[in-house]
Amino acid sequence: MATTTITKTEPLVGKRIRRREDPRLITGAATYVDDIKLPGMYHAAILRSPHGAARIAALDISRAAAHPGVVAVFTGKDITGVGPVPCGASLPGLRVPVHTILAQDRVYFVGHPVAVVVASDRYIARDGVDLIDVEWDVLPAVSDPEKAIAGDAPAVHPEWPDNIAFHHHQENGNVDDAFAQAEVVVKQRITSQRLIPTAMETRGVVADFQTGDKALTLYSSTQVPHLLRTLIALMLGLPENKTRVVAPEMGGGFGSKLNVYAEEALMGFVAMKIGKPVKWIESRRENYLTTIHGRGHVDYFEIAAKRDGTILGMKLKLIQDIGAYHQLLTPAIPTLSVLMMPGLYKFQNIRAHVVGAFTNCVPTDAYRGAGRPEATHGIERMVDMLAAEIGMDPVEIRLKNFVANEQFPFSTATGLVYDSGNYAAPLMKALDLVDYQGLRAQQKKAREEGRLMGIGISTYGEICAFGPSPATPAGGWESATVKIDPTGKVTVMTGACPHGQGEETTFAQITADELGIPLDDIHVIRGDTAIVQYGIGTFGSRGTAVGGAALYFALQEVKAKLKRYGAMLLESDDVSYQGGQCVCNKTGRTVSLAEMSGASYRAMKLPPNTSPGMQVTNFWEPPNFTFPFGAHIAVTEIDRETGAVQVKRYFAVDDIGNIINPLIVDGQLHGGVAQGLGQALYEQAVYDENAQLVTGELMDYAVPKATMVPWIESDHTVTPSPVNPLGVKGVGEAGTIGCSPAMVNSVVDALRPLGVKHVDMPMTSEKIWRILNSAQA
Amino acid sequence: MIAQNFDYTAPASLAEALSLLASGEAKPLAGGMSLIPMMKLRLAAPDQVVDLGRIPELNYIRHDGGRVRIGATATHHQVATSTTVRSQCPLLAATAAQIGDVQVRNMGTIGGSVAHADPAADYPAALLALGAEVTVANAGGSRTLSIEDFLVDTFTTALEPGEIITEISVPAGGGSGCHYQKMLQPASGFAIVGIAVQVTASGGVIASARVGVTGLTGKAFRAHGVEAALVGKSAAGIAEAVAGIADGVDANSDIHASAGYRCQMARVHAGRAVAAALAKA
Ligand SMILES: Cc1cc2nc3c(=O)[nH]c(=O)nc-3n(C[C@H](O)[C@H](O)[C@H](O)COP(=O)(O)OP(=O)(O)OC[C@H]3O[C@@H](n4cnc5c(N)ncnc54)[C@H](O)[C@@H]3O)c2cc1C
Repeated sequence: MATTTITKTEPLVGKRIRRREDPRLITGAATYVDDIKLPGMYHAAILRSPHGAARIAALDISRAAAHPGVVAVFTGKDITGVGPVPCGASLPGLRVPVHTILAQDRVYFVGHPVAVVVASDRYIARDGVDLIDVEWDVLPAVSDPEKAIAGDAPAVHPEWPDNIAFHHHQENGNVDDAFAQAEVVVKQRITSQRLIPTAMETRGVVADFQTGDKALTLYSSTQVPHLLRTLIALMLGLPENKTRVVAPEMGGGFGSKLNVYAEEALMGFVAMKIGKPVKWIESRRENYLTTIHGRGHVDYFEIAAKRDGTILGMKLKLIQDIGAYHQLLTPAIPTLSVLMMPGLYKFQNIRAHVVGAFTNCVPTDAYRGAGRPEATHGIERMVDMLAAEIGMDPVEIRLKNFVANEQFPFSTATGLVYDSGNYAAPLMKALDLVDYQGLRAQQKKAREEGRLMGIGISTYGEICAFGPSPATPAGGWESATVKIDPTGKVTVMTGACPHGQGEETTFAQITADELGIPLDDIHVIRGDTAIVQYGIGTFGSRGTAVGGAALYFALQEVKAKLKRYGAMLLESDDVSYQGGQCVCNKTGRTVSLAEMSGASYRAMKLPPNTSPGMQVTNFWEPPNFTFPFGAHIAVTEIDRETGAVQVKRYFAVDDIGNIINPLIVDGQLHGGVAQGLGQALYEQAVYDENAQLVTGELMDYAVPKATMVPWIESDHTVTPSPVNPLGVKGVGEAGTIGCSPAMVNSVVDALRPLGVKHVDMPMTSEKIWRILNSAQA
Repeated sequence: MIAQNFDYTAPASLAEALSLLASGEAKPLAGGMSLIPMMKLRLAAPDQVVDLGRIPELNYIRHDGGRVRIGATATHHQVATSTTVRSQCPLLAATAAQIGDVQVRNMGTIGGSVAHADPAADYPAALLALGAEVTVANAGGSRTLSIEDFLVDTFTTALEPGEIITEISVPAGGGSGCHYQKMLQPASGFAIVGIAVQVTASGGVIASARVGVTGLTGKAFRAHGVEAALVGKSAAGIAEAVAGIADGVDANSDIHASAGYRCQMARVHAGRAVAAALAKA
């Protein structure tokens, strides 16, 4: 489909409009944190622990401090006034280790910051790091979460020798009855391995303390500038109104920048100490060692059903690899997995027990999908295994157990209310697209020829648009300001801080349609707390579903105000607003948006009960989450000699509610599928038994490259969400969530003739080759 | 990922470069695709770097004296696309085309790759199969070695301090019966195993075979036993003839491929490489 030429009259929402942000991104004209160069700026480099666990027996900074060009060196004993790195999530009985921004007498994971060297350039700063002498008293470490809580592992935190960070229990319905009535019970241990988010741009911070004003400006590659501002101000003991956070252009986050990091506070601390701006840019190595990882689940599932395929209930024991500390949302992520445990199915009996396990690894936290990929992987694998067990087609078992259309809004076993759905629709559409019967016939033939071909289906459901404030740690609303200048140009300021998702385009489309003006008249601003009203941020596929809705309501208000000025100027009380102007319904006379806006600023005369100016800010609280869904189908073939999994075809039919810009939606889904595929086939953060990160470089951590991602055939069904006026649900994470179970179901289906029932991710060639060998032996 | 301080010189002539390198303290820089990452990781910390990239005398590809002669700084892209290489030693062009990605092929050089002697690099397999010679020079003069003598061990070559590679040459008339088969390490894109094969055949029966193997062990090697076993075989006999390719080899093992898997992949891909070469012979 071609992109659309923009004309003023036709609606822009729903059109494949090219991203307005891309020209500056692809011509190198964007300003990332590392492009910020302030006069007199210093550079910081951080000494980090090379050990998974060690006591700092001695720390001598004298050689570093004396190195020409080094202006300051700070260690754990210097940062006493700075508050700990915050954990925003709370659970009953949660153990929260004190996470100081520099290690005190002990380090807990490889990469743990120990000291910071500040110098006139980044090379000298880095040289200075090598000149710090540390005597390490190396301690035993543990990196495997199951081993960590087995009772005989080294204690990550000496005060909690069992390594248990928390227990979390959720139970609904009557699980014991469900299992007692079951005619068939299937059990499986399923892992969702540790992953490294690998945003293209690593983290980076520039801190600038204006000594005269005692005000701090922190430029940071963050998804949540306002939350960061609040929390950094608290950590540093600064008044929040003297703290400004700017998230400049960003090269991705995927959840890894939905956080408050030690280095952000550390750079603020350094800038305040030296009274000069300071910059720290994370290297890829540091990024892999110290920016949060994702997933890290070991799940023990049990599913109970009748022989006819009716699912009765499900049990889950979930071990979450926490890492050494809680970052902002660490303990909350596995609780999301529990909430989404039932997937799209109507059974009402669940029991889940989560154990958080401390390990000597970098903390886990939200990574694209955050808790939902794990849940979806679990339920979609279990449903497939159940189907295989009772000899039912994987399509049939799904259709039998889906929540029915008339049941919406549907209260799930875990206490959520699914907003709207038509779960069979994307599945039927996908089956049609792939010619499911034809594929099964092809598979039969392939099997006769001894070829291993698999067809894997996943029908995922996901929870988006985080969310109603009571269900989120720091507010789940979003904000928007619409400001019309005296000349009629429009500025939109979103609190959502999109960082690559394309809202500069989609929010402009929404605005253009509502105000009836061309896209070019609209400027979208995000990411600067000194300019934009307080906002929450972009994560959890909430940008458009919550931030876009806030914008919609702000636009309605601004339109009403414009209309009041229009009525005044037209001297009529019968006017309507359309196509960027106000029309008198009697005379047909019109005034333009610029005339109305201009009149509001000149304010020679005011309409009744109307203030001057043309600016509206809206804070919108969503009444519920949204719940997108869809069906992904992966067709694979396995090379018997090498074990390599080849994706022959990949289909995605997603229902994400109304679509503002199909081009951007495609991009989000493609990227999401690529990341899901990465998890399914290639990616794994590997720590060895000493808690050293083996995959510490892109040389060893296999992010899929363009040539490794198959052609993705995609389509949609549209079931609008009733939760917000745009009817949108959210698309940022859907591809990732839908993909990995489709892939594993496909590979298991291919290997079924060999008696294989489950394969854990990543399904590397060697892993499959070993399975083939043992099956053939 | 920040290198230590170093001095940088970019001489315009070979003589100047050799005199700068004569002390043996300075490090030559070609494409920088291996050296710069090592410097950034501080695995290498030379005080002085001498850039060979601005020396016209080192950048050429020509056919003379029955050999294809390639200047040390010819990029992977130049080798992959050169009509001389493609017609006279297509195996080398095919191999160069499979190195890294476009950016790496535009920067990386044949001299740099061979001097670096990464045990998973692609070129050595083809150069061994083709019977390449490496010419090296220092301020005092030059000498020519066979590729087998040049590659000593993992990241170790016969280069003496102050010496650089100036030329790599292979016999012309390599023939179309060749294939480079590479199994990619999914993260780095280097070879888990790479098998370069050059065969001659008549009537579908192999008359001669040369097989170079990379990735399998600490250094690339020629599989002499397999070469001998292939002579006289038709397609049906290939699998058996290549079965010994990993015999007695101390195979590499890492998170991407255990030793056992690597050996088996060497057999599988050797079979596929020979079959493909034979089909083109
Ligand atoms: C992302 C990436 C992917 C890659 N993938 C592959 C791959 O798939 N297969 C593969 O084979 N390689 C791969 N490489 C390596 C690449 O081919 C390098 O270009 C090559 O190994 C080194 O060549 P260079 O010209 O860049 O040398 P440099 O990095 O400049 O130098 C490498 C070493 O050789 C020395 N040196 C350079 N030129 C000479 C000379 N003329 N004489 C003596 N010493 C010299 C240097 O001092 C240094 O020690 C990859 C590299 C990268 C960055």
